[in-house]
Amino acid sequence: MTLLTANKATLSFGSRKIWDELSFAINRGEFLALIGANGTGKSTMLKAIIGTQQLDSGSFDLEPGASISYIPQHRTDDGYTPLKVKDLVRLGLDGHKPGFPWPSSSVRDKVTKALKAVQAEQLANESIGNLSGGEMQRVRVAQAMIGDPDLILADEPLSNLDLNQQLVISELFEEQRQKTGAAVLFVTHDVNPIIDYVDRVLYLAPGGYRIGSTEEVMQSEVLSELYGADIDVVRNQGRIVVIGTHDHAHHAGEDWV
Amino acid sequence: MPTLFDFSDYDRLIPLVTNSLIAGALLALVGGLIGVFVITRQLSFAVHGVSELSFAGAAIFLLIGLDVVLGSIVGSLTAALIIGTLGSRVQERNSLVAVIMPFGLGLGILALALYPGRAANKFGLLTGQIVTVDDPQVGWLIGISVTVLIAIGIFWRPLVFASLDGSVAVARGVKVDLIGWLFMILLGLVVAAAVQIIGALLVLSLLVTPAAAALRLSSSQIWVPVMSISFAMVSVVGGILLALGGGLPISPYVTTISFLFYLIARLLTSKRFGIINVGGR
Repeated sequence: MTLLTANKATLSFGSRKIWDELSFAINRGEFLALIGANGTGKSTMLKAIIGTQQLDSGSFDLEPGASISYIPQHRTDDGYTPLKVKDLVRLGLDGHKPGFPWPSSSVRDKVTKALKAVQAEQLANESIGNLSGGEMQRVRVAQAMIGDPDLILADEPLSNLDLNQQLVISELFEEQRQKTGAAVLFVTHDVNPIIDYVDRVLYLAPGGYRIGSTEEVMQSEVLSELYGADIDVVRNQGRIVVIGTHDHAHHAGEDWV
Repeated sequence: MPTLFDFSDYDRLIPLVTNSLIAGALLALVGGLIGVFVITRQLSFAVHGVSELSFAGAAIFLLIGLDVVLGSIVGSLTAALIIGTLGSRVQERNSLVAVIMPFGLGLGILALALYPGRAANKFGLLTGQIVTVDDPQVGWLIGISVTVLIAIGIFWRPLVFASLDGSVAVARGVKVDLIGWLFMILLGLVVAAAVQIIGALLVLSLLVTPAAAALRLSSSQIWVPVMSISFAMVSVVGGILLALGGGLPISPYVTTISFLFYLIARLLTSKRFGIINVGGR
């Protein structure tokens, strides 16, 4: 069942063409990894889906009535936000509803549970401004999941996290979609932490895009063709390493020869 | 020379300023409340622009013989809608406000210069009036206050969401642009009310200073507005009562008390001397 359809989405920034008639669909409950070089519009795609980025032509069509949670990319210049962690998480639950957020025990339980899931329950009463990058990322994940959305748009939710936390958070996305049937659109530089959960990969490159299973897309020939240059995709103990373009500086185990 | 404090005739003076006290308390309530959102939405400077155009509107209406409060509202709503429409980004907004502000001030001064009435009352709109709040003005203030309180009460959560976490709020279905417009209208109304009491030049002391002090002391969704309203209340009501004893304009008392709240809040939260750590900066 299709949840989101990209319908010939076309976008340029000045003379730079970002996408040319990009079309694909995400089904309910699907885990889609969005990978690609810098400047290929990964974050922009999430903004276009929520509607803060206008397209030149084409559209992203969401199933009517479907709810979205968005995890923005972490910025260090976010500045001072006078809000406690528990209140930020709660916004994901009922921030769109009218009225004052009166304290209630059922809400408090949900917030505590969501924070526990990301190993951040001890941060509940902390001000947002006091969090480290990694703590903020985890709080963002809790905020996104607490509302049980139909679609989770996550912009590099693993950045700033250590390896163990990357695995915990990745697993959480998988649990959430199994529990609620949520679809996940997951922007990442490195497919490895989520490689066991991903149904398909959408790979964006300056010269086009490719969508398919990890096995189909993460191939030397496919990426070489996308980049118009020699790219080696190496598989080792279930991990995938891409070698040959400096756009993949974040890939673990990259070899600079 | 007038004395700063003289309370010998206090029991006879209080009944004369009942209207001012009611107006001041209402203003402190809505001003302290909306101030919290003014700061979180980064609209502090915009308030100044709105208040100058509010002054211009009041002065023009005075000149052409219409209701001054209505003119004040027309002026501030015009400014609020211009800023709300054209200044969605902070940088754009700042220059826009800086362009609008002197224009509004000039327009207002022109209207006052052409006004044939007594000069003594003219600058009340800029620097505030002592005890001259009349019944119709109180009526306006009550109407504005009730409107603003109800609107903020209804839109509290989406307003907080849109103000502090805009893109996530958009994704969740909050009409962030609509909320922004609505807020500018509410702000315009409150500014128009404040201009009547403490004057266009000093509106910030009520709409920004108390909230700024409260936001230094807490990040609680309940305590920040409660403190902000309390600081504003003490500043205005205290300012009126003190002004009564001294026979000086109310404004310096209000601005000084509200400034003291901010000063104390900064000292309490300073990294070196402070005893409260809310964090974030």
